[in-house]
Amino acid sequence: MAGAAPRTEARRLTRSARAVRAALIGVSLAFLGLLLAAPLGAVLAQALAKGWQVYTQSFADPDTRAAIRLTLLTAAIVVPVNTVFGICASWAIAKFEFKGKSLLITLIDLPFAVSPVIAGLVFVLLFGAQGWFGPWLQERDVQIIFAVPGIVLATLFITFPYVARELIPLMQQQGSDEEEAAITLGASAWVTFLRVTLPKIRWGLLYGIILCNARAMGEFGAVSVVSGHIRGLTTTMPLQVEILYNEYNFVAAFAVASLLALLAILTLVLKTVVEWRAGRGGE
Amino acid sequence: MAAGFRKPSVLPGFGLTLGFTTFFLSALVLLPLAALVFKTSSLSWQAFFEIMLDERAVASYRLTFGAALLAAVVNAVFGFIVAWSLVRYDFPGRRLLDAVIDLPFALPTAVSGIALATVFSPSGWLGQKLALANVQVAYTWIGVVVALILIGLPFVVRSVQPALVEVQRDLEDAAETLGASPWQVFRRIVLPAVMPALLTGFTLAFARGIGEYGSVVFISGNLPYQTEITPLLIVIKLEQYDYEGAAALGFIMLVMSFVMLFAINLVQAWGRRRQAAAGR
Repeated sequence: MAGAAPRTEARRLTRSARAVRAALIGVSLAFLGLLLAAPLGAVLAQALAKGWQVYTQSFADPDTRAAIRLTLLTAAIVVPVNTVFGICASWAIAKFEFKGKSLLITLIDLPFAVSPVIAGLVFVLLFGAQGWFGPWLQERDVQIIFAVPGIVLATLFITFPYVARELIPLMQQQGSDEEEAAITLGASAWVTFLRVTLPKIRWGLLYGIILCNARAMGEFGAVSVVSGHIRGLTTTMPLQVEILYNEYNFVAAFAVASLLALLAILTLVLKTVVEWRAGRGGE
Repeated sequence: MAAGFRKPSVLPGFGLTLGFTTFFLSALVLLPLAALVFKTSSLSWQAFFEIMLDERAVASYRLTFGAALLAAVVNAVFGFIVAWSLVRYDFPGRRLLDAVIDLPFALPTAVSGIALATVFSPSGWLGQKLALANVQVAYTWIGVVVALILIGLPFVVRSVQPALVEVQRDLEDAAETLGASPWQVFRRIVLPAVMPALLTGFTLAFARGIGEYGSVVFISGNLPYQTEITPLLIVIKLEQYDYEGAAALGFIMLVMSFVMLFAINLVQAWGRRRQAAAGR
């Protein structure tokens, strides 16, 4: 009899714990369903609202094609440049001890803290007609703002920290014993990087590149400020989505948006695969 | 380089990599931000305050900060529940759910903007149902909050998750054995342990919400004095070639970003100190 009371107590607790568990999972699913699944579903539903043919025809529009090309071009410039920067920055920060290092790390993170609109604004103030270099550029007939170079610059600014931010903690944690051994044994700097460091950081590097690419292709605010929205010339895919949406051309707007959503899903899948591979490599 | 500047190392490439890093950082980030500061400093104090305290600008700060704060609070509550479910429970689809949390990071803001506007518009799938309850989300301040909740969600979940994993389960078990109720265990053991992470996530979501543009402009309706966020006001000023006005508002937002960055660092330092104290 004495043992019976705690046992019922325990069972009651488990039952209430089970109820809490069900409630919390339910709340999580409802919250994420409302916030993530519903909008994603809406993109697909709207894009296919008038059937598959109308959907595919949206991509025949020359302006839309130009937007897709410009987005690909921008990413093709921005991602390699910021990858090289990220590797350089993380090498300097992770492999050496020097004064002002934490300040440098804070400054590298700065573009994350700044509104995308400000990222665009600063380049207008530098290179716009009334900007610092505006008159000088005009004399030489070089246009940066309301042209492709401005879009590339603003995207470079926005995606600046992605690769560095993935690599710095990874390389700091890995230490530099192996690199020091390679150098001491007579390997050149370049060989040491390629044969010793690169294999160690490849998954983190890939992860940073994937995130950098997703943001480069999807950036809206910063690019919107510097682009001037010239159809077929300075509109990237997100800007084309805006133009089509504001013209009430919903099927075409959501068709382009569905490509960007697909890119986001692909990014998440790649990211999960990379995390899984990196986790296995670490074991 | 002076000997005191860095510790000696056998590894090569210090000058090259640090040189390139500082050059690229200066040219691409610091110089442009300096241009913003200088443009603002060309204004007289009076002109600056006139722009800053303009009625339309003040209304936009109220919406921007209010909505970002409210969204961060909602995310702190629901993001915590989501993180808890992902860490503590095993259920079918958990790994998929875990991967999907990062969707707002990966999804271009323009896409989430038009998608939310469509779902919540009065004729939309959810907007219709809400209209029956006399609630309008799209084209009101509530829409701004909804967009910012979406954008901020991963910050809270991804901050809290690792902290929840670290909570010592044996402490919880001990408390329970000693007769603490589940709520007491949560209040006294779990919550203090994850508080710094939760605050970090909250601040990150808040900071991101203040600057957000793409996802908000489609759902907010952009009515001056009512549903106009500060970043949009900057864009409007730029479109009117009012560079001074745009620079002044941009400068104010930049200062706010620095304050937020500082706050995040404080919160993280506080968390580290607490952790160190607990370790002792």
